[in-house]
Amino acid sequence: MNTLYDRWLGGRQGAIGLLLLALLIFIILPVFLDIYRLNNVGKYLTYAFAAVSLVMLWGHAGILSLGQGIFFGVGGYCMAMYLKLEASDPASTARQTTPGIPDFMDWNQITQLPLFWEPFHSLPFTILAIFVVPAVLAYIVGAAMFKRRVGGVYFAIITQAIAAILTILVVGQQGYTGGINGITDLKTLHGWNINTDSAKYILYYINGVLLVGVILLCRYILSSKLGRLLLAMRDKEDRVRFSGYDVSNFKIFVFSLSAIISAIGGAMFTLQVGFMSPTFVGIVPSIEMVILAAVGGRLSLIGAVYGALLVNYGKSAFSETFPALWLFLMGGLFIGVVMFFPNGLAGLYQTYLKPSVDRFLDKFTRKSSAVKPAVLSEKKEVAE
Amino acid sequence: MSNTDFVLAIEDLTVSFDGFKAVDGLNLYVDKNELRVVIGPNGAGKTTVLDMICGKTKATSGSIKFKGMELTKMAEHQIVRAGVGRKFQTPSIYENLSVFENLEISFPRGRTVFGALMFKRTDDVDQRIHEVADMIYLSDLLDKEAGLLSHGQKQWLEIGMLLIQDPELLMLDEPVAGMSVREREQTADLLNRICQDRSVIVIEHDMEFVKRIAHKVTVLHQGKILSQGTMEQVQSDERVIEVYLGH
Amino acid sequence: MLFGYSFSDLGSILVMQGFSGLSLFSVLLLMALGLAIIFGQMGVINMAHGEFMTIGAYSIYVISKITEQYFPGFMAYYFVVAIIAAFVIAFTVGYFVEFLLIRHLYRRPLDTLLATWGLSLIMQQIFRSVFGGREVSPTLPDWLMGSWAPTPNIDIPINGLFVMLITLVVTAIVILALYKSRWGLKVRATTQNRMMAGAVGINTQKVDRMTFAVGCGVAGIAGAAFTTIASTGPTSGSTYIVDTFLVVVFGGAASLLGTVASAFTISQAQSILTFFMTNAMGKVVTLLAIIVILMLRPEGLFSSKVRK
Repeated sequence: MNTLYDRWLGGRQGAIGLLLLALLIFIILPVFLDIYRLNNVGKYLTYAFAAVSLVMLWGHAGILSLGQGIFFGVGGYCMAMYLKLEASDPASTARQTTPGIPDFMDWNQITQLPLFWEPFHSLPFTILAIFVVPAVLAYIVGAAMFKRRVGGVYFAIITQAIAAILTILVVGQQGYTGGINGITDLKTLHGWNINTDSAKYILYYINGVLLVGVILLCRYILSSKLGRLLLAMRDKEDRVRFSGYDVSNFKIFVFSLSAIISAIGGAMFTLQVGFMSPTFVGIVPSIEMVILAAVGGRLSLIGAVYGALLVNYGKSAFSETFPALWLFLMGGLFIGVVMFFPNGLAGLYQTYLKPSVDRFLDKFTRKSSAVKPAVLSEKKEVAE
Repeated sequence: MSNTDFVLAIEDLTVSFDGFKAVDGLNLYVDKNELRVVIGPNGAGKTTVLDMICGKTKATSGSIKFKGMELTKMAEHQIVRAGVGRKFQTPSIYENLSVFENLEISFPRGRTVFGALMFKRTDDVDQRIHEVADMIYLSDLLDKEAGLLSHGQKQWLEIGMLLIQDPELLMLDEPVAGMSVREREQTADLLNRICQDRSVIVIEHDMEFVKRIAHKVTVLHQGKILSQGTMEQVQSDERVIEVYLGH
Repeated sequence: MLFGYSFSDLGSILVMQGFSGLSLFSVLLLMALGLAIIFGQMGVINMAHGEFMTIGAYSIYVISKITEQYFPGFMAYYFVVAIIAAFVIAFTVGYFVEFLLIRHLYRRPLDTLLATWGLSLIMQQIFRSVFGGREVSPTLPDWLMGSWAPTPNIDIPINGLFVMLITLVVTAIVILALYKSRWGLKVRATTQNRMMAGAVGINTQKVDRMTFAVGCGVAGIAGAAFTTIASTGPTSGSTYIVDTFLVVVFGGAASLLGTVASAFTISQAQSILTFFMTNAMGKVVTLLAIIVILMLRPEGLFSSKVRK
């Protein structure tokens, strides 16, 4: 129970944060919002996966990736391919020149399903691919770069370049990928219609559960020696290396982990929103994922979720009515978070709200919040 | 003289940066349980030699054999695992972690990704950390954030982080820089105790301190050995006086 | 026979593509020079660098419109004046940006990256609000139009030659200034050892500000060059930003000569490749090649071994 409490839930501080988040996602929002708005929240929560992945990769390990969109897209496209194939059975596509293949392929005069699409007929393979493909991709890129000590700014720019390359490739190969419009018109998941209201509710809850699960897993990792090593590597990489650690292996691990997490988000996005396009793969969305983590407080897993919700809500609210204002706000947000609020929402919570919350809770538990030595518990709470 | 008797055998070591030979055909041998102090004017190549032993800089030519293993062919973390510890000139500790956590990270277990994930703070780990903390005069400060230690204490912590790995060769680059007189005395005691179980190489400038600890002194100048011997021999060597100890 | 073309044909194609690549080369080189100064010498990542290019481009546009309306007789001359104006305007904006934003972020490269990205969003929006979302073009003077045909097979546009000339002149000036002038000495001193430079009386803050501003000014000139090859819109800057960074990094961030070589190689490669494959694939292959080479040699093409 002790391990569960400390390592998975993050002690008292972490458990409360998680509880509040779960309350918000599973009860409060579904009660107060209609299905259309809830579906939007579900969409924001898929971006939260990418933000959480960056808390691990950037906040803790100090590796800035401007290409998380790559993995988000990989996951999203894998799921989209499966769903599209299901929607393109010979019966529904009888009117096409070549029935049985996706419509955009037909429009591009392709007459046979490309080989790499074939395995996506199977749901187990698709789910496996969502985990394996991003991990392998991240492993290759990570190994190539970290083994050669490419880091920091260079790494960030190269991830940007890769995101750009991928976008160009996807858009250019219209016949194979659906081009700039992406893969649309998705209908059923293994026979289950994903476009009904009840399906959207169910997918929303699945999304929420997966998100909370990912946060728990990340908490466990961060509370282990590995977690402390990531922080150490971020601040004094050389010293870690000269303490006998092969630093590049750890970096590759975190990078691959972050890739998988982002990919899960992408897959859930496809399911909830009903399509996937290169708009979510390239440079701009990847940088926006970074701002989500930054607003939440780059060291805080839960903060990242709030960051994702807040920024995306703001985006929807403003970009229709005041599109010009929104871009100014976004730009200002980037600058503000870097200059004035480096610890984001989590930092604000720490400074202003936490003392009151602690006092309130002390009344119930009759223990002071400093059960562990002050220094260590502070560290845990920031790394919540 | 076979070089397998020595803990460290450096032979014909050279490194050149853009034509400038920082270290030039160096031959250096360190015995077991010896405390060797390396002195020399600035730019003599002292830190560069340590850099090459621990793998931070790649040598242009020559060989470095540690217990018979060729270090020039190994990666930094492999060299550490083989039993070589290096302390840097400026204290290189994890400022955001506590003293205890600093030592724990340096504990030689759970060095792979999976190992680090599964690492448990068992009793023997705890005990060893307390042991080392005792040696480095920090046993009362285990929970203090490392960034808040005094400069001297940070140096000790870094030494502790190396000790906990039980290296057979410990290399310290200016360990008493910035320390008070009392702290220097304590460090001298510490080093004399440490070298009973291992070999130590120290780079230093404080001659009083050197006298207190050195078994043997090597003077480097322009990448080569200028003189070698006990402190008295070296101090009375004319070449050394001319170049380094006073004009 | 290769790809269906005879060898002499291929020669002409290479020359022509080479020259069309030269306009791209000029823009890329000027951008990269500005960025090499800012990133290579100061270690500052300026994601808004493309927007400074756009400032230059819009300046040319505005001046061309003013000349057209009020001083039609000067149409033949305005371009050179406008180039200088582009430099000055971009320089000034850069000066203020350094003062307001950049100087707080010097030891935090990743944060600078994010903050300047935010700045680029703001600048793009300002462009959109002032000039509208559609692309605009200045009216180029007559002597820039047309082309020169040294042989029947080769057709070289004059504006391309002019732009190349400007680029060479600016590049020469920048390299000379950095290595031969007193200012350049101060910049290099500040970069290599800030504390000592301050201790000998160099006003490092002022030097930083000037350096950043000069880098932006050069980007402004790139904008002038850009107007001769494409029309200007609020997001024109972002088309080149990733390429520019890759050019700088590929050439070895600290070396200006490396930047020149790198810009030349990359723009030529892209230009020649786009002839044989589609535009998109040409770009992809070039980017991939750069990344692979960078992984093999992370310091870039030109760099020296220094004790870390």
